[in-house]
Amino acid sequence: MNLTSELARARDEIRGYAVEYGLDFFEVIFEMVDYHHINEFAAYGGFPTRYPHWRFGMEYEELYKSYSYGLSKIYEMVINNDPCYAYLMKSNSMVDQKLVMAHVYAHSDFFKNNLWFSKTNRKMMDQMANHAVRVRRYIERYGEDVVEDFIDACLSLENLIDPHSVFMGNGHDNGQNGNGELKESSETMPTVERFKFKSPREYMDVFINPPEVIQKQKEAYEKKLATQHRKVPAEPQRDVLAFLLNHAPLETWQHDVLSIIRDEAYYFAPQAQTKIMNEGWATYWHSKIMTTKVLKDSEVIDYADHHSGTVATAPGRLNPYKLGLELFRDIEDRWNKGKFGKEYEECDDYIARQNWDKKLGLGLQKIFEVRRMYNDVMFIDAFLTPDFVREHMLFTFDYNDRSGFYEISDREFKAVKQRLLAALTNWGQPFIFVEDGNYLNRGELYLRHRHEGIDLKLDEAQDTLVNIYKIWSRPVHLETIIQGNKTLLTYDGKEHKTIEIE
Amino acid sequence: MASRIEKDHARFRNIVRGRIKQNLKKYISRGELIGKKGKDLISIPVPHINIPRFRHDPQQMGGVGQGEGDVGTPIGAGDGTEPGGAGSGEGQHILEVDVPLEELAQMLAEELELPNIEPKGKKNVVSEKDRYTGIASTGPDSLLHFKRTYKQALRRQIISNNYDPGNPMVIPIREDRRYRTWKTKFEPEANAVIIYMMDVSGSMGDEQKEIVRIESFWIDTWLQYQYKNMETRYIIHDAVAQEVDRETFYHTRESGGTVISSAYRLAAEIVERDYPVADWNIYFFHFSDGDNWGEIDTEECMSLLEEKLLPAANLFCYGQVESPYGSGQFIRDLQDYFEGEEKLVLSEISGKEGIYQSIKDFLGKGR
Repeated sequence: MNLTSELARARDEIRGYAVEYGLDFFEVIFEMVDYHHINEFAAYGGFPTRYPHWRFGMEYEELYKSYSYGLSKIYEMVINNDPCYAYLMKSNSMVDQKLVMAHVYAHSDFFKNNLWFSKTNRKMMDQMANHAVRVRRYIERYGEDVVEDFIDACLSLENLIDPHSVFMGNGHDNGQNGNGELKESSETMPTVERFKFKSPREYMDVFINPPEVIQKQKEAYEKKLATQHRKVPAEPQRDVLAFLLNHAPLETWQHDVLSIIRDEAYYFAPQAQTKIMNEGWATYWHSKIMTTKVLKDSEVIDYADHHSGTVATAPGRLNPYKLGLELFRDIEDRWNKGKFGKEYEECDDYIARQNWDKKLGLGLQKIFEVRRMYNDVMFIDAFLTPDFVREHMLFTFDYNDRSGFYEISDREFKAVKQRLLAALTNWGQPFIFVEDGNYLNRGELYLRHRHEGIDLKLDEAQDTLVNIYKIWSRPVHLETIIQGNKTLLTYDGKEHKTIEIE
Repeated sequence: MASRIEKDHARFRNIVRGRIKQNLKKYISRGELIGKKGKDLISIPVPHINIPRFRHDPQQMGGVGQGEGDVGTPIGAGDGTEPGGAGSGEGQHILEVDVPLEELAQMLAEELELPNIEPKGKKNVVSEKDRYTGIASTGPDSLLHFKRTYKQALRRQIISNNYDPGNPMVIPIREDRRYRTWKTKFEPEANAVIIYMMDVSGSMGDEQKEIVRIESFWIDTWLQYQYKNMETRYIIHDAVAQEVDRETFYHTRESGGTVISSAYRLAAEIVERDYPVADWNIYFFHFSDGDNWGEIDTEECMSLLEEKLLPAANLFCYGQVESPYGSGQFIRDLQDYFEGEEKLVLSEISGKEGIYQSIKDFLGKGR
């Protein structure tokens, strides 16, 4: 902790307001850093110690270039950890620092209380450092190129996890708490044969359960049993990384590296799942704390300038800060006035709806509840209203082949909501399942893409298959749909094949 | 402490050099790049390596936005960069920044691994510059540094327990006074002249000229970065040579035979008249398709080079542009005649893609 006394005073003051408002956060440790370090930490995803990898260098180059050419600047960075770490940029003005502090306390509250963060490792600062030590050791032992190539391949699969698996207690241990325990989903086989119907009279039995039918069913069941035994996994598995960890022929160090990548992917997943809510929540609170408590007259202009930058919108880019903030405010307003429930929904008098006010005053309580229970998908699903879409001029856009531009395509509530939900589900990533780890009984890996209206980017999909091959070391297949045709992409270590299947 | 990210960054740069060299090549050879230059700034993309993933095709994806506009209003070009889907944290990968020419030259140098040039002659000609960078405890009153003085006084008062925060009075005494001091910097001044020569005979088509234009732009940028005072002269020739201005140099269409010696003779005259060899770093760049007219003239060229141009030059660069008409004999003649001559650099430019290598050939020696 290296705050000046002025900043420390500001921190204590803001912390006090945050507590007063009912925020419940991990203690926050603020660090003053210069822009070199903030760019460095940001490149490492907020952690000063990560394993060595070139992509951090790439992020760094982008950050410092866009900083030094004045394109962008990082104001705040906060780490989900207990205690929470937050970085303040040295060159920021006092009012900026205060805003950031207020913002950060709300983030910390969100990390601590939001359900989706509840399974993340709160000692990730240490965990990341441990990961770094382990990777460094492998590099020393096996060589930088070898380890880096393997990391590259793993990163290519980083998004193939199942963020919900952490909430399924048994059989789906996510290995996320650093103990790396991975269990197979237990195969559910009927233990008792139930081929016979109940027959109340014994003499009826031959008629109700004819022996030849029973025999047939038995055979069918045994056949099914036999095929099921061969099939691994028993059910399609979304956590591709876990499947590879369990079944791919990996060296010990490779196994460890892959599990590190997977751990970190699970750690970061809730941040992607709650981007809109998390930023909206933090923006809501910095706005509230700053405008009602902290701001001095002389700081108003600077504050307004900064805040408006934070919530600025541009066509073609949905600002999560803005959307989240407005939704939280909308919810607060609606629950204050009682604009919810059957009576309100069924009222179709425009004026009456506009002036609806039952003076319930439940707003604050409601938004605290929302921040505890929801993630972005649920948040949009539950609280995006036609009024909101109209008022905030949301629209969907699509690519127009003929003009080569993205164009506004719809302003209807239904379309906007649908599109938003589609983009947020699985945080915008395609659903990929492991279908069979012993495809054709030749140990080949069969993946299936659950097509939900949008094709995969084909060239990248093929390159990704190459990377999976590096880990699986047997031919890999991906079933997907390309322009309406069911297609099997295959990479066998030498060449790509694309076969249409019916 | 900072070394960790520097290591990762260096690693990234190395990969970029290996993997994205094609990218840079493609990008240098694009003609519009110069067109993009506005007021000494050029847009250049920041390199990015995309780790392949299973991901949705952005063009089918569309997204949700916010703002004014009717249905059908375009909001962004679909040139492969997604305008950022709803809630997607990734953002676009191609970042275009405007870069001053000087930095561009540095980047070019970094990409091409160009060495800095060692100027010749003129090392003893230096200019002096005074810079007020230091602080001293003695000096004239006109250079008194008030802030430092008061700081010093404050420090002394706190140490001697004379300071009362309730009544923050700070009185400097003689020993507290601090003065600005200067340092004299010596900067070597090097002069350079580039003499560009281009063959504009009938066999040099538009494409060949475009190549020359792009290549000389980058060479110009680099040398301008290396030398403060740089002059450029332009000579075009077919059967006869003439000195022209920049505009004409790039845009003339001529036709006729090729007598290279005419250009060399003119270049030698210019140097003799305007640029005393002892004081100037002289660069010659000659671009041709290498189809000289007659062996006698080629011999004439060799002797001009040997006697006049090479002794005067830091570097004589001959770039031979591939053309569908020329025989391209000249470069081989030069090669045979001047084997082992360090000041002469030859480069065959096979097309736009060859520019990258050719610049490297020319400037990679640090002369």
